[in-house]
Amino acid sequence: MNLSVDFAGVPMKNPVTTASGTFGSGAEYGEYVDLNGLGAVTTKGVAATPWEGNPTPRICETYGGMLNAIGLQNPGIDVFVERDIPYLKKFDTRIIVNVCGKTPEEYCQVVERLASEPIDLLEINISCPNVKAGGIAFGQDPRLVEEITAQIKKKAKQPVIMKLSPNVANIEEMARAAEAGGADGISLINTLTGMKIDIYKRGFALANKTGGLSGPAIKPVAVRMVYQAAHAVDIPVLGMGGICTAEDALEFLMAGATMVAVGTGNFHDPAATRKVVEGIQEFMDAQGVQDIHELIGCV
Amino acid sequence: MAEKKKCKAAITSQIMLSPGIYSMWLKFPSDCNIAAQAVPGQFLSLYCREGSRLLPRPISICELAPEDRLIRIVYRIAGQGTQEFSRLLAGDSVEVLGPLGNGFARGTGAGILIGGGIGVPPMLELAKALHREGAKVQTILGYRDSDLFLASEFEQYGPVWISTEDGSAGTKGNVIDAIRENEVSGDMIYACGPVPMLRGVKAFAEEKGIPAQISMEERMACGIGACLACVCRSREEDSHSHVKNKRVCKDGPVFFAQDIEL
Repeated sequence: MNLSVDFAGVPMKNPVTTASGTFGSGAEYGEYVDLNGLGAVTTKGVAATPWEGNPTPRICETYGGMLNAIGLQNPGIDVFVERDIPYLKKFDTRIIVNVCGKTPEEYCQVVERLASEPIDLLEINISCPNVKAGGIAFGQDPRLVEEITAQIKKKAKQPVIMKLSPNVANIEEMARAAEAGGADGISLINTLTGMKIDIYKRGFALANKTGGLSGPAIKPVAVRMVYQAAHAVDIPVLGMGGICTAEDALEFLMAGATMVAVGTGNFHDPAATRKVVEGIQEFMDAQGVQDIHELIGCV
Repeated sequence: MAEKKKCKAAITSQIMLSPGIYSMWLKFPSDCNIAAQAVPGQFLSLYCREGSRLLPRPISICELAPEDRLIRIVYRIAGQGTQEFSRLLAGDSVEVLGPLGNGFARGTGAGILIGGGIGVPPMLELAKALHREGAKVQTILGYRDSDLFLASEFEQYGPVWISTEDGSAGTKGNVIDAIRENEVSGDMIYACGPVPMLRGVKAFAEEKGIPAQISMEERMACGIGACLACVCRSREEDSHSHVKNKRVCKDGPVFFAQDIEL
């Protein structure tokens, strides 16, 4: 049985990774799940300098999901390079580094710093809804998507995945803009912007007022967008949005994703990634599927 | 290294201690005896059965009986998840991750244990452990009114003083008022309760020059230090992001008061 895939020229032992921000840099989850079993670990967004993130409360649960407004707290690229990359290199898994910034220059600074590091792919976060500068500001205008992709591609030594926002009217346009800018792949969806009101406090549940909605509640939106994006471009798609089980992951693969990421599902079960890999194998076995490529984009 | 994992715990008993406050004993399987690993001040993540509720509920450990593989939790109904737990009966099961976080650093001198409201339960196992180790245990418990859940269970470990907001039992006022009125002194303060109480405890500890450990609470998602939801402001740089944001779930929930900005 073959579960291995090629994503933007990088061979992966299986198509399962983690969604950025839900898995840290793997060290905390390493106690709960064998990272060797994952196709890749996608790390939490890292910027040129440390970011404090937003005030608390930063999260709240919603029906079938959650809202978060962490605000991309991160230690900055220096600590990441010294501490987190060596940790991940102990495992037989690919490393996808998620990069964030407030300006195109900041993204490029991080990408250049990573050029000589032993990582496999870059994922550029132009879709975080919880920061005032950068993030989603770059991801909602196709011209800006193309421009920033092209700028990053000039500096990048590893293949570049552009992470797209679902908070747009036309996802195909954004996918094509990333491709036109030279992206080697795209990933989607980031969270949907949402809000929760605490009716007893008569106030916002999150200090940031709005947050990004994730979890099973957004899965049908994500599957639809992955399907549309995968059919709009020739570069590979990393699909995510509410994946908790192998059945969820298989929907994304059949919609056209070459790889899938488990995000909020990790909070419900720290071993969710391993169970998704095992479940895909069991499904293939039961269905007599020899190669995962028989399933990718089969609908 | 063996993977840590969620354990399925059997509920051996559940009673309502007072309106909205429940006491539950959980029995763990022999291959997952987390009662033997836990220390006072740590917490458990309990998962809901209802699939629309994804996030675990962090609940502090109230008592441990490791030889019987038992952990007691005492919790308040704060929403639909804890409501679901309150309906479980003896014989039902619940999925649990833990023990999580760091417990209290126990000293051998005279201890001043302070619990406020739903911060009372974690002080019980601490009182038991300190008493067992020969430390003097002095407990001050703060309540809203005369509904003094768990208070009588502390008496076996040492003197107990009560404060109530409405004055219906003990000292009228807060836990610090009760400490001053009864001239309680000691070598180490251990406290769990709402932030205003912890602020008062921190100020009192600084005034008297007594070291204080406080247990913090914040909204959590992963419970294991990865998602960075449950941070609190710290005096020193945190080990994760170096931005003075300590993670309550991983770096805490117990901190030395002087290290945290309240």
